[in-house]
Amino acid sequence: MSSRSQRSVLPGFGLTLGFTIFYLGLIVLVPLSAAFLRTFGMTWSEFVAAVASPRVLASYRVSFGASFAAASVNMGFGFLVAWVLVRYPFPGKRIVDALVDLPFALPTAVAGIALTAVYAKNGWVGQYLEPHGIKVAFSEIGVFVALTFIGLPFVVRTLQPVLEELEPELEEAAATLGAGRWQTISRVIVPQLFPALLTGFALAFARALGEYGSVVFISGNMPMRTEIAPLLIITKLEQYDYRGATAIAVVMLVASFVLLLLINLLQKWSRRYHRV
Amino acid sequence: MSVTATSITKSFGRYTALDDVSLDVGKGKLVALLGPSGSGKTTLLRIIAGLEHADAGSGAIRFHGQDVTTQPAGERGVGFVFQHYALFRHMTVFENVAFGLRVRSRHQRPSSREIAERVESLLGLVQLDGLGRRFPSQLSGGQRQRVALARALAVEPKVLLLDEPFGALDAKVRKDLRRWLRRFHDEVQLTTLFVTHDQEEALEIADEVVIMNQARVEQVGTPQEVYDRPANPFVYQFLGNVNVLRDVTAWSETGPVLDNGRLAGDGLLYVRPHEIEVHLHQPGTAGVPAVLKHVHGAGSQVQLSLELLSTREPVEVELSRAEFLALSVRGNDPVLLRLRPTHALEQDYAI
Repeated sequence: MSSRSQRSVLPGFGLTLGFTIFYLGLIVLVPLSAAFLRTFGMTWSEFVAAVASPRVLASYRVSFGASFAAASVNMGFGFLVAWVLVRYPFPGKRIVDALVDLPFALPTAVAGIALTAVYAKNGWVGQYLEPHGIKVAFSEIGVFVALTFIGLPFVVRTLQPVLEELEPELEEAAATLGAGRWQTISRVIVPQLFPALLTGFALAFARALGEYGSVVFISGNMPMRTEIAPLLIITKLEQYDYRGATAIAVVMLVASFVLLLLINLLQKWSRRYHRV
Repeated sequence: MSVTATSITKSFGRYTALDDVSLDVGKGKLVALLGPSGSGKTTLLRIIAGLEHADAGSGAIRFHGQDVTTQPAGERGVGFVFQHYALFRHMTVFENVAFGLRVRSRHQRPSSREIAERVESLLGLVQLDGLGRRFPSQLSGGQRQRVALARALAVEPKVLLLDEPFGALDAKVRKDLRRWLRRFHDEVQLTTLFVTHDQEEALEIADEVVIMNQARVEQVGTPQEVYDRPANPFVYQFLGNVNVLRDVTAWSETGPVLDNGRLAGDGLLYVRPHEIEVHLHQPGTAGVPAVLKHVHGAGSQVQLSLELLSTREPVEVELSRAEFLALSVRGNDPVLLRLRPTHALEQDYAI
């Protein structure tokens, strides 16, 4: 061993890195590359036909659009929920805290059926909305509602520990310097939470892109309108069009990867003040 | 600007943090709020700042005679420095200092050029020239605390409040920084109130010391007054070392027990280690017999640990190095102790 190699309290960098790469390869890369390999059996024009037909393009729009909207809404309201849970004591706090995790645990089909029941024309909420011309179940709004439901815990759970670390003195310092409430929130609190907010957003967004179970029940699966990309994949599989299905999957994969990478870079930039 | 607090009471649930406390800080003074933890000193400072509010119906806070009790912190014109700095981590040093100017409403906000000038001059004042583009995480503890001070000064406060400003720093930096604060205060003459639990710190730099204990003010005075003439046994024991002696009659034959408020109402004698003389054991000499147990010689003063022969009470005595060498005593030697007359000191105060 060279004496110049770095010494640390817990040695084993080489071993753990080796294992990490092996593990990620086994769990993530091998299945994904299988998807890529299948598409290599197609000619370029076949591939383009499979991934760029109007119906498929519409499904991308629904999937990415609704996921983005749902994750954005979750970022805002998840922040509020996390804030209330961290900052204020109130009766039943533990129960509310546990409720946040429910979308994690619930089988997504159950969530879909429940949401459909509530928002359908004769459901609890739907019966009041439909007369005003707001159709939730079997519409784009339904997709958005389902994706918001499943994404909420990601934002709340990533923000909570960061919020707990944020000293109240920062707000007090801002107050003694003459900042108003909105200035304190927008200039002091949100910037410090921004990296965590982005992580929560990215997780909720990624989860929403892959979501299938709850959406198929509430969306009505109308081609060109409420059909999401994962459903299209299933449809193709049911028609034994394995290549077509994997082609769409590959496009989704690459797009998701690029988006998550961009979010990661943005997050790194927003944390630039940490140990430069 | 003077600061007055009149009969402030504050409780958190059943716990009383401040019990009918009044305080008067003269214009341009540097005043220390000194006390053990839990004495209510920080709560008082926070109430003066407007970060906390006194119990409904209890007293008032006045700045220069004007009642500010119901004013929010941002409108009181106070600069507040927190123990753990509370710097905005996502902003550069420059932006931290500029914060108080940038959040002003548009017609009160200085131009960005004026802000830059103000910030640069403040950074010069706290000796951090050229560090404006760093982030707080790149600074040492002492530098961070000075950024916090510059940030508080940027809004041109009428009163400066510091909560344990040097508490999180190591001993050497703490000493340098508190002397710097004293010189700084002499330059700007800003009414300043700081909280500390470190008696050395308070006695060294404050014009006036307010000693607090268990939600009350025990004594107010200059450092010399509170050290030399403590108002009660708590202050005596809190400020510096003190021997608490039981046999008042025996000691009264060796020196003036009433000097310097030594004899307290509880029938015990409070004597500082440097107020006791040590003599060799010779027949016919008056004094309380004791035996020398241990000598700590490191430092400008020599500390002796002794035990009284009659009651076996431990007694600490402090001698100058020359006095100790002249005595030439060693461990387990019998000696005689006497109270040192302090009349000379007493007369100085009469001026």
